[in-house]
Amino acid sequence: MKVLLQHIAHARSGDKGNTSNIAVFAYASAFYPLLKEQLTAERFKAFYRGAIQGEVIRHEVDNIEALNFVCHGALGGGVSRSLSLDNYGKALSAAVLGFEMDVPDELASQLRGPR
Amino acid sequence: MRDTTLRIGSGAAWWGDRVSPAGVNAEHGRLDYLCFETMAEATVSAAQVRARRDPSFPGYDTYLDDRMRAVLPACMRQGTRIVSNQGWLNPDAAARRIVELLQELGIHGVKVASVNGSLITDRVLALTDTIMENGQPTATLADSLISAEAYLGAEPIVEALRGGAQIVVTGRVADPSLFLAPMMFEFGWDPMDHEKVGAGNAIGHLMECGAQVTGGYFSDPGFKDVPEPWNFGFPIAEVEPDGTVVITKVEGTGGAVTLQTVKEQMLYEVHDPARYLTPDVVVDFTRCRLEQVGPDRVRVTGLTGTPRTPTLKVSIGCTEGFIGEDMFFYAGPGALRRAQLAKKVLEERFKIVGLQAEDLRIDFLGLNAIHGEATPADAPEPYEIAVRAAARTRTREEAAKVGREIDGMAVSGIAHTGKRVPHQDRTREVIGVWSSLVAREEVPARVSYFES
Repeated sequence: MKVLLQHIAHARSGDKGNTSNIAVFAYASAFYPLLKEQLTAERFKAFYRGAIQGEVIRHEVDNIEALNFVCHGALGGGVSRSLSLDNYGKALSAAVLGFEMDVPDELASQLRGPR
Repeated sequence: MRDTTLRIGSGAAWWGDRVSPAGVNAEHGRLDYLCFETMAEATVSAAQVRARRDPSFPGYDTYLDDRMRAVLPACMRQGTRIVSNQGWLNPDAAARRIVELLQELGIHGVKVASVNGSLITDRVLALTDTIMENGQPTATLADSLISAEAYLGAEPIVEALRGGAQIVVTGRVADPSLFLAPMMFEFGWDPMDHEKVGAGNAIGHLMECGAQVTGGYFSDPGFKDVPEPWNFGFPIAEVEPDGTVVITKVEGTGGAVTLQTVKEQMLYEVHDPARYLTPDVVVDFTRCRLEQVGPDRVRVTGLTGTPRTPTLKVSIGCTEGFIGEDMFFYAGPGALRRAQLAKKVLEERFKIVGLQAEDLRIDFLGLNAIHGEATPADAPEPYEIAVRAAARTRTREEAAKVGREIDGMAVSGIAHTGKRVPHQDRTREVIGVWSSLVAREEVPARVSYFES
């Protein structure tokens, strides 16, 4: 079945200079391999369209079942010079929650949140 | 050397953080140490700009009095030591102010230490070569330089604690180092023991953002719910001499400490999780293990690190011109169509008045201002849209053109334009922040002592 990422993972973004790191955390162990397989750096960057200007590097953090996307050129030059209303890009992590995932039907009972 | 659990609490995660949870931690946290982190990247540069304009500005955390009044009585009564980077530009003045506050409270004989040395504005162009972000020589910043600070590590704080300080106040120190210092001092960890220091610094990283590890910045209704998100307790680290830790909070406070809250904070502002660079050590988060060992209690084991680098990071604040910004509003049927025409009008007006902008954006708040191009094309049309224009320019006069052209929309604009009274200044100064590296031996710290 197709579900939005928000039902299988949570996310938080942080800023450093003009780089945003957007970390994605599996709600259950069964979801982590799906994230690794489907949420590639290329698809992640494409999903953010023009919002990420530079390279996206994906770190796999197996011990806590998370993916950390380091997104260069995502903060309009950095917090102090950015013209964005969200200077720190704190809300950037919410966008990925709308990424569409393919999840096996047998994992339906482990999905999180209202659908 | 201490061989029992050390309790370290957080009192602030940034300058604007709430004050009362620090008081709760001081009163009810049974703390050995309470640590305050009050600086963001641009805090010192902004303080320098203010100091140039306002000679009466003492140069330290503008909430220092509030924070200290909230915690000093309980901390001094219970023997809790305080480590804080509220000194900003002027740690000595902050230390003297803390002494005054202690005396006001009738608390005498308390030793307060200041840690200086992070400010290297006058030497930065001689000590550094290259700007990390763009590869240019740092000398290119000579004309715009406001301030430069190296991120010091934990060692000068340890020195101050060894010198008998009950309260240590610093300038720029790497955030996790504020929490690491008490562990190094109490457990006698060698600065070169990268495994222990790596664990301690990782614990500092979990603590440095205050409520972010106890349920702050976490609630997402229906997906991630935490109790009483209006009443977060700030975190407490129960650290063992071997560098393992339980993250918890005062019972009865709001929020939660769960595997999820700890994981989110673990990767916050981290790039490569196996190589998180700090002045003290390179932290490795990739081998740790998390267990929920009780309500609001998460144990983290296996935190470690690798040897530190020979350099310290320097943050360089520069004047970078101005930003002009204002907004106006549409509502009701057809709001988006009118907003789109208004955007076109503004773009043409900016051409007519010859706006010289280094960067310009016109957002539709309620539609695309936050995620920009990533906004789904089929997002439903909202009922209300604010049109916001912002431009970055070299001079304040250019920046003022944004507000002037938006003023024109009042009588020469589109039907049903909602407009605010424009009497406030709609320009602000931009402080650009750049990074560089300096050899650590070029930045000696200096510890001074004061007494109440």
